[in-house]
Amino acid sequence: MKQPRKRGRLRPIYLLLVLPFVAMLWVGLYNRAEPTLAGIPFFYWFQLLWIPLGAALLWPIYRAEERDRDAP
Amino acid sequence: MNTVALVVFTVLFGFVTILGFVAARWRKGDLTQLAEWGLGGRRFGTVVTWFLLGGDLYTAYTFIAVPALMFGAGATGFFAVPYTILVYPVLFLAYPRLWSVAHAKGYVTAADFVRGRFGNRTLALAIALTGIVATMPYIALQLVGMEVVIAAMGVRGEAALILAFAILAAYTYTSGLRAPAMIAVVKDVLIYVTVIAALIFIPAQLGGYAHIFASVGADKMLLAPATHTNWGAESAYATLALGSALALFLYPHAMTGILSASSRHVIRRNAVVLPAYSFALGLIALLGFMAIAAGVKGNPAFADGFKTYGNNFAVPALFLQMFPSWFVGVAFAAVAIGALVPAAIMSIATANLFTRNIYREYCAPDCSPARESQVAKIASLVVKVGALFFIVALPSTYAIQLQLLGGIWIIQTLPAVLIGLYTRWFNPWALLAGWAVGIASGTAMAASLNFAKSIYSVTIFGITIPCYAALSSLVLNLIVAIVLSAIFNAAAKGARDDATLASDYL
Repeated sequence: MKQPRKRGRLRPIYLLLVLPFVAMLWVGLYNRAEPTLAGIPFFYWFQLLWIPLGAALLWPIYRAEERDRDAP
Repeated sequence: MNTVALVVFTVLFGFVTILGFVAARWRKGDLTQLAEWGLGGRRFGTVVTWFLLGGDLYTAYTFIAVPALMFGAGATGFFAVPYTILVYPVLFLAYPRLWSVAHAKGYVTAADFVRGRFGNRTLALAIALTGIVATMPYIALQLVGMEVVIAAMGVRGEAALILAFAILAAYTYTSGLRAPAMIAVVKDVLIYVTVIAALIFIPAQLGGYAHIFASVGADKMLLAPATHTNWGAESAYATLALGSALALFLYPHAMTGILSASSRHVIRRNAVVLPAYSFALGLIALLGFMAIAAGVKGNPAFADGFKTYGNNFAVPALFLQMFPSWFVGVAFAAVAIGALVPAAIMSIATANLFTRNIYREYCAPDCSPARESQVAKIASLVVKVGALFFIVALPSTYAIQLQLLGGIWIIQTLPAVLIGLYTRWFNPWALLAGWAVGIASGTAMAASLNFAKSIYSVTIFGITIPCYAALSSLVLNLIVAIVLSAIFNAAAKGARDDATLASDYL
């Protein structure tokens, strides 16, 4: 259980990954029709919007990890 | 019979057949080695992995069943979107560790990893069997997707389906994982073309999105709101999304896609770029509402189709009604080829499990690598014949019910596989006991719902909480695994039989 953690320690940037879980699992937040966007109810466009948003949140973490790898 | 559509369909299908056989020579490797046949030599870079995982996870059945659920049940079918959003943080965080340890130790399956990590062959067998049993009905469902579009073109009987599957079996046998990887590229181009065309042409013909949503009706457009005593459809929606997201990458076919990547960075990058498919899936889900707005159910031309295939006929009917014949051929080819890719990967993944974790572990421990690869090839054939028998001989509701159970079963491997990537604190026998409790309780919950639904209501402090049975049974599994591990660990001190090192995971 006690393994040396050189690269595996939890950095604050990982907290970004919590955001999609909060947004998607709190269904009451988006279970409504208004405001609509181009005729599409909020329920649908809000969730569709979170697809690129969720991917975008991974990007800074990916960059941070790659920087770690390049560092000596 | 729709001749134009059938000709376009056949030409495209013929093209991928040739591609499937040519794939054996692509990045040529020694196909008598299991890691070459069954993992493409672990050489797929970011782009190929993107196509392969995209083709693997966003299956033809998904493209038929998700809009069918929207068509029949409304907003709840949209859970596929939060589900595929939550999958990627999990993939990004945990699975590069699995890739690294598999690469370091030559593991081909999740059960290989569990065998090495916990040094317990019974637990590894349980993991392997769960994977095989959960995947078999999934392969059968891919055939349902294919069957629906073939029937929608007016071809009667099962001969076409059997022929398509025989071709699939032949090139999977000769080319291994290289075949679906190559075909996935064609499948994705066709799927994206279809989705974009559908979104440009269909809403315009139906009077815009506002009109489409208006024709759906208020009760289907949103989930029933939660109350103080019953969390209702909202908690069902959230638990379905979370449970499905946790289960997805435990499936053997997803594991195969991950382990065939050329580096852990390929997996990370793909967690960032794979959501492009989720977007396509979200838009495809909306096709279910477009089918309502187009009134396909009232069209007498489709009465037979709905009678035989139920709501799964909604999207094919929509395409037949809205698209010119030649484009119907393209769209249907996209669905059928979209069935070939996951069916091939699933059969390869099951074959890998059987060969590595049952045949070599229990029957022939000293078998040569060539023999191992040969057994896997034959196993992949047996698996496909089994799936075909399932669809041709039994009503398709069996496959659907079993697939629903498959999701509940596969998630029970999460403590050993996913948590096992981070800690070996768990005792293998405790994990096995938790697994058994999870399988039994999850199956019992589904049985109490006549295997028709997977949302089981639990009552806590007077509040009714409808919950995806996979998630509630996983909680029981974890409780048992934690409590028993604490007891067993206290009783038996000493070094654990772990073949992996902390550095193997980085």
